[in-house]
Amino acid sequence: MSTPSNQIPAGATAGATPAFDVDKIREDFPVLKQNIHGKPLVYLDSAATAQKPFAVIDAIRRFHEVDCANIHRGVHELSQRSTAAYEETRSKARRFLNARNKNELIFVRGTTEGINLVTSSWGRKNVQEDDEIVISAMEHHSNIVPWQMLCEEKGAKLRVIPMNDRGELLMEEYQKLLNPRTRMVAVTHVSNALGTINPIKPIIDMAHAAGALTLIDGAQATPHMKVDVQALDADFYAFSGHKVFGPTGIGILYGKTKLLNAMPPYQGGGDMIKVVTFEKTTYADIPYKFEAGTPNIAGGIGLGAALDYANQLGIDRIAAYEHALLAYGTEALTQIPGLRLIGTAREKASVLSFVMEGIHPHDIGTLLDRQGIAVRTGHHCAQPVMDFFNVPATTRASLAFYNTFGEIDALVAGLHKVKEVFA
Amino acid sequence: MVHDLYQEIILDHSKRPRNCHSMPDATRQADGYNPLCGDKLKLFVKVENDIVVDVSFVGSGCAISTASASLMTESLKGKTRQEALKLLEKFHELLTTDTAISQDLGKLVVFCGVRDYPARVKCATLAWHTLKSALSTEIAEPVTTE
Repeated sequence: MSTPSNQIPAGATAGATPAFDVDKIREDFPVLKQNIHGKPLVYLDSAATAQKPFAVIDAIRRFHEVDCANIHRGVHELSQRSTAAYEETRSKARRFLNARNKNELIFVRGTTEGINLVTSSWGRKNVQEDDEIVISAMEHHSNIVPWQMLCEEKGAKLRVIPMNDRGELLMEEYQKLLNPRTRMVAVTHVSNALGTINPIKPIIDMAHAAGALTLIDGAQATPHMKVDVQALDADFYAFSGHKVFGPTGIGILYGKTKLLNAMPPYQGGGDMIKVVTFEKTTYADIPYKFEAGTPNIAGGIGLGAALDYANQLGIDRIAAYEHALLAYGTEALTQIPGLRLIGTAREKASVLSFVMEGIHPHDIGTLLDRQGIAVRTGHHCAQPVMDFFNVPATTRASLAFYNTFGEIDALVAGLHKVKEVFA
Repeated sequence: MVHDLYQEIILDHSKRPRNCHSMPDATRQADGYNPLCGDKLKLFVKVENDIVVDVSFVGSGCAISTASASLMTESLKGKTRQEALKLLEKFHELLTTDTAISQDLGKLVVFCGVRDYPARVKCATLAWHTLKSALSTEIAEPVTTE
């Protein structure tokens, strides 16, 4: 194995990026400091879940140790503290996505629930028989199945934007799919299985021109790039806390005020009401109308700390560093005989998905694990993508800003060892 | 390290699987599918007078699932249905418990390393689950490991 070097190789940085001290950043992530099967952990599975910095761990601990109380309506000190901390995350999420108003940010369990909220609430009310919903060929199951369920219930049609062999959406074909029956275009910002960054602004503009709304799955985009929902003019935008270095079980759904106001509640219960009698219930205003029951308070507070952490590092600096890392990894993997990258779009973020001739991804995953290298193997909840590339599964190395160039070298060395076993 | 799992005989059977072909005169067949890794397997069994006289398979999978299917076909020929199902039980015990390794398993003991890799147990058992399905009904429904 080559000596890990955490310096960006000459020529790998784009423009005048300020120094990005990855060794110092790694100190913030306690989980990274351990050996797995006697080798230093090389964590290349951040697209599945990102690791958490001390700032997040400490915020959750502090909540449980010092501020723990249920939020809203409590007059006592602890309840006021926890309410303030939880609601502060809503404001942080507003700034993170550059939404107009903090009431446009709804707490959900994650991207999946965000999408299900829209299909259940907006979809049931607005989608009729023979209406059309457009998704893309590279969607995660979470942005396929809820729409399929809605279409089945309503007798609506699901249309799919095709892609090319690089894993890029065919925009001319997309244009042809749009028509007056199109109610919604639901597309991922960045593909979890391929790493493709989709041209989301033109996709939204074209949908609007056809009179359709848009929902953007931002689960894989938010950890890696600046998102501005106003500049994009997205109608709905969802992301998961745990992929942006926060805890699991918390996420955000953004929706435009006008749309959210016109939507029926998602779930019924406490916190989402104004007045309840046995004859009639008046619902709360947004966002609370969509937030029934005691939420994941600790998760919300942890998410706030995560967004602060990402902002302090600077999303643009993160993006520049990761871009260099991805370019280095792409070049290094391409040198391995018999290895084929799955997903070679010209615009990509942080995902290296690949297959190796004659070696199944699960064997690769197990053999890398024994060398301390954590990758994901399987269909990545995107079975239609696997079918398209005619592979049963891929091995996916996914990157975050705490990964190093040395870790890419370790992956390459690990893959050579895998090849030796199966030689 | 990994040699506990990928023993020479497993690598050999994964690269050159035995009895890897379809069987037009099979009396039973079943499909196995592991949705987690996409492994697919079609198993053919010829049973005469309650004796498994021939077994073969086709499919695609990881080294563990392919080697397991290959070694399974070798170990079943000549066994009664009851004996075959008994072997399945012992094989499952080998993979999932810490009990002493049964001598009846023969070559199949090479899979003992799998018990240290819980995520891979389903790879090793896919062919056997499919066998159970093939032996229990004349025309079997597809089985999955989920």
